[in-house]
Order: sequence, then structure tokens, then C-alpha cells
Amino acid sequence: MSHTTATPISEHDSHDEHHGPSGLLNWLTTTDHKIIGLSYTITAVVMLVIGGALAELIRAQLASSNGHLVSFAQYNELFTMHGSVMIYLFAGPFAFGALANIIVPIQIGAPDMAFPRLNALSYWLYLTGSITMLLGFFTTGGAANFGWVGYAPLTSSLNAPGAGADLWIGGLMLTGFSAIFTGVNLVATIFYLRAPGMTMFRMPIFTWNLLVTAILILLAFPVLTAGLIMLYADRHFGTHIFSVAGGGVPVLWQHIFWFWGHPEVYILALPFFGMATEIIAVFSKKPVFGYKGMIFATISIAALSLGVWAHHMFTTGVVLLPFFSIMSLLIAVPTGIKIFNWIGTMWRGEIWFSTAMLMSIGFLITFLIGGLTGIYLASPPLDFFTHDTYFVVAHFHSVVMALVLAGMGGLYYWGPKITGYLLNERLGKAQFWFLFIGTQVFTFPQYILGLQGMPRRMAVYPLHNEWVSLNALSSVGALLIGVSTLFFVVNIIVSWKKYPAGDNPWDAQTLEWFTTSPPPHHNFYRLPQIRSERPTWDHNHPEHKSIAHGTHEE
Amino acid sequence: MRVEAKLLLFLGLFFGAMCAVYWTWSLENAGGVMMFSGMLLCFLPGSYYLWWSRRMKMRPEDDPTATTEGGAGVVGSFPGSSIFPFLMGMGAFLVVLALVFGIWFLIPGLALAVWALLGGTAEGRRGGKI
Repeated sequence: MSHTTATPISEHDSHDEHHGPSGLLNWLTTTDHKIIGLSYTITAVVMLVIGGALAELIRAQLASSNGHLVSFAQYNELFTMHGSVMIYLFAGPFAFGALANIIVPIQIGAPDMAFPRLNALSYWLYLTGSITMLLGFFTTGGAANFGWVGYAPLTSSLNAPGAGADLWIGGLMLTGFSAIFTGVNLVATIFYLRAPGMTMFRMPIFTWNLLVTAILILLAFPVLTAGLIMLYADRHFGTHIFSVAGGGVPVLWQHIFWFWGHPEVYILALPFFGMATEIIAVFSKKPVFGYKGMIFATISIAALSLGVWAHHMFTTGVVLLPFFSIMSLLIAVPTGIKIFNWIGTMWRGEIWFSTAMLMSIGFLITFLIGGLTGIYLASPPLDFFTHDTYFVVAHFHSVVMALVLAGMGGLYYWGPKITGYLLNERLGKAQFWFLFIGTQVFTFPQYILGLQGMPRRMAVYPLHNEWVSLNALSSVGALLIGVSTLFFVVNIIVSWKKYPAGDNPWDAQTLEWFTTSPPPHHNFYRLPQIRSERPTWDHNHPEHKSIAHGTHEE
Repeated sequence: MRVEAKLLLFLGLFFGAMCAVYWTWSLENAGGVMMFSGMLLCFLPGSYYLWWSRRMKMRPEDDPTATTEGGAGVVGSFPGSSIFPFLMGMGAFLVVLALVFGIWFLIPGLALAVWALLGGTAEGRRGGKI
């Protein structure tokens, strides 16, 4: 147990040296947020590759109208596990477990997360939850096959009798607890471990977004966990909470699931918004335009997100359409403010088109497409027309692929801080173009297919010339996205310990760039004076210091 | 601490207002209860922080003019390494497997979880390895 002080000024301060175990034992016993964050990152990227491989199989099946690559039953497992792996095991944990774990404490000048052992437990629950869910593929009945949303009564023991469904429920419970513990840790760290002078309105936007994300996690995840316990009880203890036969209400599952599920969209998105904000400011050589506006927009999005769950349930006929439509449309306002501010940050900036910046611009464009089509879906008449068609699939894939672009930007931006080495920029840019173009080629045909009425979750479809070509085009897009992942893997191999980064290779602004790359145990040898949201910039560019909020330049 | 308190109280107030509108308009219970619970979850820590912020000295992290020296002293205790989170994670894993594959998984699962709970508590009291 080490007691850490706020001002370890001297270089190589003795108590900051770590004398713990090494190798495998270090990985099993570490409580260092950076190693835990790295473990999260590696696990999440592995999940991205697994989820991506499942997607490639889906698109290979759909490349022709009467594909025979997989059976109907296997196809059900594929789309269920693809969605589950991507949402539960990649996007969320990558956002609030991986980069947040590594970066947030350093951005606020903290030596570690507030509860380091709880942080380690979060990772082990995430890893074991992921293994539990994937174990379904190795059971006789196969993996879960009722869609990633697990609607009742498809999840009943009659309709989904195998162990795969129970493993899906168990895996979700474990990863749910992992998320809740991470949420507690992030809130406590940000509230209690900020460096002197790091007031709330001097925190970087990434940290702000993670704080709001953590609050949303604490509000939403317990609801899902409660729902899963009820579902398990229905399947094994003879209760009939979601079963009509016993007087239960199947649509209650949808209320519970989406009360978690729609805030989850923002739990996924807000951290990536934060990444893009940091990257766009640094590579435009400007402070964030409308810093406080960005924060209030984030808080507004979070507040509204708890009142929009039933826009996923418009066609059930039992929800209050005007309320959920108005609330959903309102979210476009703070989101629009964010997009305006991102453009404002770039405006007249000295833009450096690094890989991280390209990924962030790609995020902005793709998210705009996903966001605008989301506005259509918030309108009940349009939603009734497009519900459960490929239009919805295209909409949410635009959104999540935008997040993947931002996440890749985050890896290129913060990777050097974490490892001490830069990635190859040429390979990075090649990856970007494949990923960005692939995403659009993948989603655009799906929008058209949806408007033409093609339902989602079909393993085969009628031999209609236009549908065949549009599906084939979408599969080509998926292939391009797959190739982009290969570029990333090759880049890691080619760049391995080749291009030393230095402490601040991007001339970045926030506190994590003040310390060494990689940071020492407990993160800092010394801290600068913090007088704005850009302490490292202020320290490195005293001639261009930031102007504090609420003051005017004389 | 006031900003933190205001953030939570604002969210609580918003959820309360949203709950009132939604429930009186729809009379749908599930959503009403969930929003009401969300409101309470924000009010509980938010009101505590507000109450406490009026009684405490300004912390260096809340002071815009604080210097790094102003925050000198012990920030907190941080365990260097501990095996107990791993053991607890493995215990939880086995307990979940017991829900699927058979009750006998509960024996090693609960044993690991109890060991980790006791060991972790004792380690917290005496201080773990650096």
C-alpha cells in the first residue's frame, strides 16, 4: 500500500517507483489503472475482431439472395452474437473501460483510480463475462439466437431451451456488474482525485463526457441487471413475469431493456464524442470552441436520454407516441450544438491531417448521417414505415461505425502516450480510407434496401435484381471494413517499438501530455500550475496562454 | 464540491419533472417507476454533496487559484498489487457457470468469492504489497 502525495516534484521520486511482481503475476495482481486499461483495450479489440468476423459471415451469407453458407439456425446465432459482442463486449468496455481507465486519471492529475482493486475486479468481471457469453458457441444447442435485444417471448425456456441463452444472460450479468463498478470508480475518481486547480470547469471534455457517461451507467445498468434476473427466474424458477400464459407482460421486457438500451447508446457515444473533441482541438491547434456549451450539451443529452426509451417500441402500439417522439427529437438540439462546436473548433485552425484527425473527421461525417437518419426514426409515421427494416440497421451501423472511427482516432492519438511509440502514419491513413469508404459502401445500400421494405434478420431474400446488387454492394463495404482492420494489425506489427513518441508528439493541450510516455507508476513526477482547461499548452506556450472562462483579454 | 452537487441535483430535478409529465400523461407504471428511481439516485448523493459542500473548506481541486503546493500531503492510499480482485472475478465466473451447467460449480465459486472478500478486507486493513 503506497501513500501518494499530490506534489511528487523531484524527478524519479523514490516512492513512485513500482516494486510489484512482474510478468503474468503482475497482470493477475495489478491494480495500476494503466495496465488494467491496457488489458481492457486488448480484450475489447479482440472482441471487435470476433464481432467483425461474425459480421463478415453475415454479409457473405447475404451477398446472394439464396446463400447457403450457414443454416437459418446458425444465421440467428450469428446476428445475435454479432450484436451482443459489438455492443456489450466491444463498444462499451472500449469506451468506458479501456481508454477512460488509462486517460481519465492522468487528465485530471490523479495518481490512480479512486478504488484500484475494484477497478481490477471490473476487468476480471468483463473478461469472464465475455468468455461466458462466447462459450455458447461451444454448447450443443449453440449460442444465443434471439437477437441482441433478447425480446420476450423469444427468450423463454420453450423458445430458447439451450445453455447458450443462459450463458448470454450470465455473461451480460457479469459485464453489467463490471460496468457498474467502473461507473462508481470514475465518478469517485473525478469528484475526489483532481489535482489542485483542476476545477470542474477546467477538466478536459473527454473527462467530462466520461463523468456523465459514468452517471448514466449508474442509472441504467442496474435496470438491465434486474431485468436479467427476472428473465432467468422466468426460464428456471417458474415465474411468469414476461410470459402471457402466466399473466405476465412480454412488453415489460422491452420497457426494461430499452430503459437501459437507449441511455446505453449515449453511454457508448459520449466517450467517443470526448475523444473526437480532444483530437479535433489538438490537430486544429486551437482550444475547444464553446467549451462550456459542449459540457452543457453533454449533460442535456444524458438527461434527455433517460426519457426516450420507447421510441424503439413505437410499433408495439402501447406507448405514448408524442412524449417519446418529442423527447427523441429534442436530443438533436444538444447533438447539433456539438457538431457546430466541432466545426467551430476547426474553423480557421491550423489543421494537421494526421490519422487521428482524419478518423475524427470521418467520425463527424458518419455520425451526422447516423444522427440525421435517427431524426427520421424519432417520427412515428416514418418509424412505422421503416421499423425492423434495413433502414434501421443502416442507421445504427452509421452511428456505431462513426464510433469505431472515433475510437480508432483515440488509439492513434493516445497510443503513443500509453506505449511510448507512434504508429505508422501512412498505414494509418490507408486504414482510415478503407474504413471510411467501407462504412459508407456498407451502409448506404442498406438505407435503400430498408426504404424498399427489406426486413432485417433474414438469412435469404427474394431474387429481386436490385436487392441482390444492393446486398452485394453492402457486402463489398463490409469487406473493405475488414481490410481496414488488417491494416491496423499490420501497422501494430510494423511499428512495434520503432518510432519513439516523446512526451508530447502532437503539441497537445491537456494534462496527460505533461507526463512521460508511458507515464510512470502513479503517473506524474511533477505537475504544472493549472489555470485553464489546457495546462500543458499553457506551460509549453507561455506566450499564448489560454484565457480563463469569464474573463476578457485586455 | 458545489458543481458536483449541482450537476446531480439538476439531473434529479429533470428526471423528476420528466417522470411527473410522463406518468400523468401515460399512466404507464414501468417507465414511471424507473424514472422516479433515477430521480432518487441523483438526489441522494447530490443533496449529500450540497449539504457537505457548505460545511467544508474549499478543496484545492475546487480552488481556481490553487497551486500544486497547496495540494501537498497524502492524497490517498493505493494498493500496489492484490490477487483478491482476480480471485473474486473467478469466483463470480464460477457462480454464473453454476446457473448454467450445474449447482456443483457453486462450491468452488463461493469458496473463491468468500476467500477474496475476507482476504481483500484484511489486506485493506493492514495494507497490501506495494
